[in-house]
Amino acid sequence: MARALMKGTEAIAEAAIQAGCKYFFGYPITPQNEIPEYMSARLPEVGGTYLQAESEVASVNLLMGGAATGYRVMTTSSSPGISLMSEGISYIAMAELPCVVINVSRSGPGLGNILPAQGDYNQATRGGGHGDYRIIVLAPGNLQEAVELTQDAFALSQKYRTPVMLLADGFMGQMMEAVEIEPRETENPSSNAEWAMGWRDERGGKRVVIRSMLLDPDKMEPFSAHLQEKYAKIRESEARFEHFMVEGAELAVTAYGTTSRVCRSAVSNLRAEGLKVGMVRPITVWPFPVKGYSSLPKSVRGILDVEMSPAFQMADDVRLATLCGLPVATEGRWGGYSPSVRQIEDKCKELLRK
Amino acid sequence: MSETQVFGIPKIWKTDVHTHYCPGCTHGVAHRLVCEAIEELGIQNRVMGIAPVGCAVLMHEYMDLDFIEAPHGRAPALASGMKAVRPEKVVFTYQGDGDLASIGMGEIVHTMNRGLPLTIIFINNAIYGMTGGQMAPTTLLGQKSTTSPAGRSAKVSGYPIRMCELLATLEGPAYIERAALTQSKYIVKAKQAVLKAFKNQAEGKGLSFVELLSTCPTNWGMRPVDACKWLEENMVPYYPLGVYKDFE
Ligand SMILES: Cc1ncc(C[n+]2csc(CCOP(=O)(O)OP(=O)(O)O)c2C)c(N)n1
Ligand code: SF4
Repeated sequence: MARALMKGTEAIAEAAIQAGCKYFFGYPITPQNEIPEYMSARLPEVGGTYLQAESEVASVNLLMGGAATGYRVMTTSSSPGISLMSEGISYIAMAELPCVVINVSRSGPGLGNILPAQGDYNQATRGGGHGDYRIIVLAPGNLQEAVELTQDAFALSQKYRTPVMLLADGFMGQMMEAVEIEPRETENPSSNAEWAMGWRDERGGKRVVIRSMLLDPDKMEPFSAHLQEKYAKIRESEARFEHFMVEGAELAVTAYGTTSRVCRSAVSNLRAEGLKVGMVRPITVWPFPVKGYSSLPKSVRGILDVEMSPAFQMADDVRLATLCGLPVATEGRWGGYSPSVRQIEDKCKELLRK
Repeated sequence: MSETQVFGIPKIWKTDVHTHYCPGCTHGVAHRLVCEAIEELGIQNRVMGIAPVGCAVLMHEYMDLDFIEAPHGRAPALASGMKAVRPEKVVFTYQGDGDLASIGMGEIVHTMNRGLPLTIIFINNAIYGMTGGQMAPTTLLGQKSTTSPAGRSAKVSGYPIRMCELLATLEGPAYIERAALTQSKYIVKAKQAVLKAFKNQAEGKGLSFVELLSTCPTNWGMRPVDACKWLEENMVPYYPLGVYKDFE
């Protein structure tokens, strides 16, 4: 597809289709309604199916059923809806099924408001539901990256047989940017025959049972350990980050998603003024890119964590990644506001003076 | 003298296992009817089953079919997701009354309304079996359970829900029938209903729902024979047997 100006939500939807996702299940919630709307119009054109669920509880279980067949499936929602899906995501993690969940997050807790926020970081990076599991969480910093990460999400979910979440806040969903969406080669679903349901003939009569329960502790204990080994492998191989202007920096700003865009501008401006500031941007927030922090130059004396969250949920992970070796200051706006470039510049200057 | 076999174990039944069901529990009869129907229709390799949360969660250990264990009450949503992706398959759920009529009420109503051709087998034993005999939405008025020790009162807990009647108001389902599993005259009818429910889907004719009145001798605190008698005397009058909807 040629480069085109697209809205975030629609770019994500088309990217999924171009990655071979033909089955979508969803329930309306702002600010992501354009995704189910787009899917309901577009999927029939590519021989796929859009099913509107009666709730997000149903969405995630429709997703689990679809995922069990080995085909690529997706659902999208926003914060309150993701909370309702958490039970299902825990089951899908236990059943080791691949699927993609998109959270175009908004302000919370509760109904909060429909404006962008980054308050779902802990929920996403800790899996959201009950039990010992994690999900891969990708946090795009612009729309072209949102397109690519949506497509990567399907590949990663299949590679590790795990739910993968794209964490995009409401700004990312609503903004327009030029994007290029390439069709991604997808695995033939029948190659999933080993674990997917509905391939008995292809499998020579062998059946498949997908479990979400192991009553016997002698089975549950090794299975849980197996999941942790999988997560260890993901931590080792899939963490992604970007370093921006970190050479010789004394202060490293850190931010993901929309706030990283604001910080990028602030860092460029400060550098133009001759101030030694750089940025670490996590692209995967789980696995958290520890290396992005441990590989910062020795010149860095402190970190500024910028979030659209008054709880500064990522700051704890930053402290862990630096083994609490660097002071972590925080700055942001929330409740539907993003911090301004000026605000970040001022905070950086204040910290550099110390 | 040549021998003719007139009765045997369905091939789909895995003969190397013993079920975990209590003696006299009619889940076993329902399982057999499901196996017979699938075998008679010759659709074993097309079937995808969804086990509930409840006493039947391990039903896949007894039936040689593709299976998945659903979250509590969500089996109809899983079934719809599967059918959306693989319409040529035969997808069925098997759910208890706590699973289907309480926590899964939303999923069953909307699945029945959406009308994707599925087969739903509903086991109504008027109690939560697996968790030890608590009150279910189908527990009869006056019936004692561990959470209605003085008997269910309409004032506190409302009236038992009649699922066939409720779902028959929807346009989605093609076929709805209630049968019982206590004695052969009822089981023969139950068999025909289960068979029809699978046949309807296999032939692309529509969505079917079969409610099977079932016993839970353990949590009813009765001997199996008394449980069958209690079912016929108390459940059948409140949950009348018969066809509630039929497209034919
Ligand atoms: C979300 C959730 N809530 C509660 C339970 C506990 N639980 C397990 S089985 C069950 C009810 C089973 O009763 P029913 O559906 O009537 O089936 P039966 O055991 O009688 O066959 C409940 C409440 C659970 N597993 N998950
Ligand atoms: S508890 Fe009740 S429903 Fe469960 S196996 Fe025993 S008799 Fe059957």
